[in-house]
Amino acid sequence: MTTTTIGGHVLTVDQEGFLTDPSEWDDDVAVALAEQIGVVLDTEHREILRFLRAEHARTGETPTLRRVSTGMSIPVKRLFELFPVKPAKKMAYVAGLPKPRGCV
Amino acid sequence: MTTDLSPETPLVPSFGTAETGRKLAIICSKGSLDMAYPGLVLANAALGEGVEVHLFFTFWGFDMINPRHMDSLKFTPLGNPATHLPQGLGGVPGMTALATHQLRKAIADLDVPDVPDFLEQIIASGGHLWACRMSADMQHLTEADLYEGVEGIISASDFIEKTEGAQLLFI
Repeated sequence: MTTTTIGGHVLTVDQEGFLTDPSEWDDDVAVALAEQIGVVLDTEHREILRFLRAEHARTGETPTLRRVSTGMSIPVKRLFELFPVKPAKKMAYVAGLPKPRGCV
Repeated sequence: MTTDLSPETPLVPSFGTAETGRKLAIICSKGSLDMAYPGLVLANAALGEGVEVHLFFTFWGFDMINPRHMDSLKFTPLGNPATHLPQGLGGVPGMTALATHQLRKAIADLDVPDVPDFLEQIIASGGHLWACRMSADMQHLTEADLYEGVEGIISASDFIEKTEGAQLLFI
């Protein structure tokens, strides 16, 4: 078990740095995680994070980019704008979830 | 000699830099349903990792970008021992339709899009679609006959030029 301190929060993470305990996550943690990867959270980001958290709680898996796009009716292009370059992994990281397992 | 007493650096996943400089070229040369997906899945995965992706559709792969066929690609167990069915069965009338139906269902069950939707997602993710000039000429097709997301009909040498330095997959 590895812990790291981000923005004053002590968080349990895997080898890469993804949170391993969803219960350690809250809105303040999200802000701190987003800051680490150069993302400033606005309401649109937060809505997406809520969807990711809810889907993970419901299915046990982090939704892929496609699932976020279809589930929230947000164009894939917009997700690339909000979480640039690697949207699926960045969304998962800021939501305090493991990176998505699915291929698509 | 001084010791750096700065606080421990937080462990944050490496998401790379904005410009990875990595490029992937995928040549799609098959027009069967099962062979359409590897290229689409890999293109989509690469785009999600910040890689610049170019797909080149050639020969039978043209069906993937031909609106007349792209939504009705088929799968046959014929000549494919990995289906683990007796090969004689592949030739039975209706078997292609049945196998296609089964494969489509298996793909949809995984929430993986059909070919037109997948291409749309690839374009939305910044991927580039190119059609092969020789295949277009052989089939007497122009850009107007092809899926609207195709950026152009280009020669093989133009594609090679466009994808300088890219990693390449031939499917």
